[in-house]
Amino acid sequence: MSGGSRTVRNRVAGDPVPGNPATGDGTAGEHAMVELRGVHKSFGSLHVLRGVDLTVEQGQVTVILGPSGSGKSTLLRTINHLEKVDRGSVRVGGRLLGYRQVGDRLHELSEREILRQRTQIGFVFQSFNLFPHLTVRQNLTEAPLSAQRRPRAEVEALATRLLERVGLADKAEAYPRTLSGGQQQRVAIARALALEPALVLFDEPTSALDPELVGEVLEVMKYLARSGTTMIVVTYEIGFAREVADTVVFMDAGLVVESGPPAQVLDAPRHERTRAFIGKVL
Amino acid sequence: MTLSEVSAQPLLREERPPEVVTARHPLRWVAVAGVLVLLAMAASALITNPAWEWEIVGQYLFAPSVVRSVVITLELTVMGIVLGFALGTLLALMRLSPNRLLSSVAWGYVWLFRSVPLILQLLFWYNLALLYPRLSFGVPFGPAFFDIGTMDLIGPLTAAVLGLALHQAAYAAEIVRGGLLSVDHGQREAAAALGIPRTRRLLCIILPQAMRTIVPNAGNEIIGLVKGTSVVYIMALPELFYQVQVIYNRNGRVMALLLVAAVWYLILTTALSIVQYYVERHYGRGRA
Repeated sequence: MSGGSRTVRNRVAGDPVPGNPATGDGTAGEHAMVELRGVHKSFGSLHVLRGVDLTVEQGQVTVILGPSGSGKSTLLRTINHLEKVDRGSVRVGGRLLGYRQVGDRLHELSEREILRQRTQIGFVFQSFNLFPHLTVRQNLTEAPLSAQRRPRAEVEALATRLLERVGLADKAEAYPRTLSGGQQQRVAIARALALEPALVLFDEPTSALDPELVGEVLEVMKYLARSGTTMIVVTYEIGFAREVADTVVFMDAGLVVESGPPAQVLDAPRHERTRAFIGKVL
Repeated sequence: MTLSEVSAQPLLREERPPEVVTARHPLRWVAVAGVLVLLAMAASALITNPAWEWEIVGQYLFAPSVVRSVVITLELTVMGIVLGFALGTLLALMRLSPNRLLSSVAWGYVWLFRSVPLILQLLFWYNLALLYPRLSFGVPFGPAFFDIGTMDLIGPLTAAVLGLALHQAAYAAEIVRGGLLSVDHGQREAAAALGIPRTRRLLCIILPQAMRTIVPNAGNEIIGLVKGTSVVYIMALPELFYQVQVIYNRNGRVMALLLVAAVWYLILTTALSIVQYYVERHYGRGRA
């Protein structure tokens, strides 16, 4: 990360552990944080992604908009290999995700290598997916301890810091079920950050929340964006996109229709489909 | 107290909300009375009828031979459950494997061992020597390192444990599989997205949640097996049921000794039900 050109103020997630496969060996400076080229994905006969290109620079916030069924969530899930792509390539920090290229063939990586790549990428789910049988603190410390094998004292201290940052220091020993939806999602964000990822993906993080709880989650996300975390966010929150995004990407029918700064895509869309969508959502 | 509050009080008293009077259930009281009478009749029938021979029951309840047989019943139950659930868990994981061969074999196992009555399975294991007089251990289809007479290896106790465990494994496999399927898919996905290694994901994320579904069904199975061990009496193994038969064939006190066995089965299942309550409470943590 040291090779990045953008000045990073007070990075929340901290620098990733040295020697990680996604960003190691000073490759980050020469590559975009995320680079998708011609990504195709089908579920049976349903062609969900039809050749998506996407570039996200380090420290940038990208918001993906689009009607439901346009492939936004699937796209996001390919970026941490929760979905395997059928064709095309996904690179994170310059490294191919899930595969190793030998000649013109892609060989699937072993599960262990894929899991190691994933620890560099935080993922926040629409339905939180907190572990209900673990306390809030245990939810945060589980992956850093078992997947990254970091020392317990360091991980516990990090968990305490992260819970303070999302305003839930007093809930460390509570079980997720006892928290409100907004609080649960803030814990889920803290859990993703506990891996100290180079990139955080958000899949409709506020869609499962009661309207009055959306604000507290967006506040945490804005804070992350301000502190230089690279984020890709699938959401319907146009206000959030306008305020926080560096780039807004509009998708429809498995393709990127247009992308650019929020002022351009939201206020002066060039494509009819973008105009129609924004007219409906606003 | 402000002026407005003072003046409001008489008003409040006048507009007091109506009191709620709960409905009466006269028929319920009739039913309660009826049940009490029936319970009293049953108790009196048990206590006053000398044919139950309660003093004989008391005499044999803690007789050394009976207590020894209770220990054997417990041993059979513990071995059957531990081995049965170990194999059952393996079968459940095979059944859920994306590999067709593994899942088919697991399905076939469950089909076979659930279809043949336990008593037949026990007799097959007991008489294995008729089919395979000697068992050899070595490289499959290759040289044997040593072989041993089937009769020496599989005595009545081994045959009983083998039969109970293999039978139990078929049921355990379905219970564990149901438990694993009951865990929300998002849990698996979240654990995978966090990079948690596969074995850890299963043991520390999925299984503890699956236990909430597994424990009540497993409790049924364990209690079923405590009583199910009585089937092995056909192999002349001195467990509880066989032992009381031996005694009443000698002294003719049939009812009293059957009652001794019944009391012991009651004690064992009561103890297990209490354990189950605490195990369920443990795995229910985090779910108010």
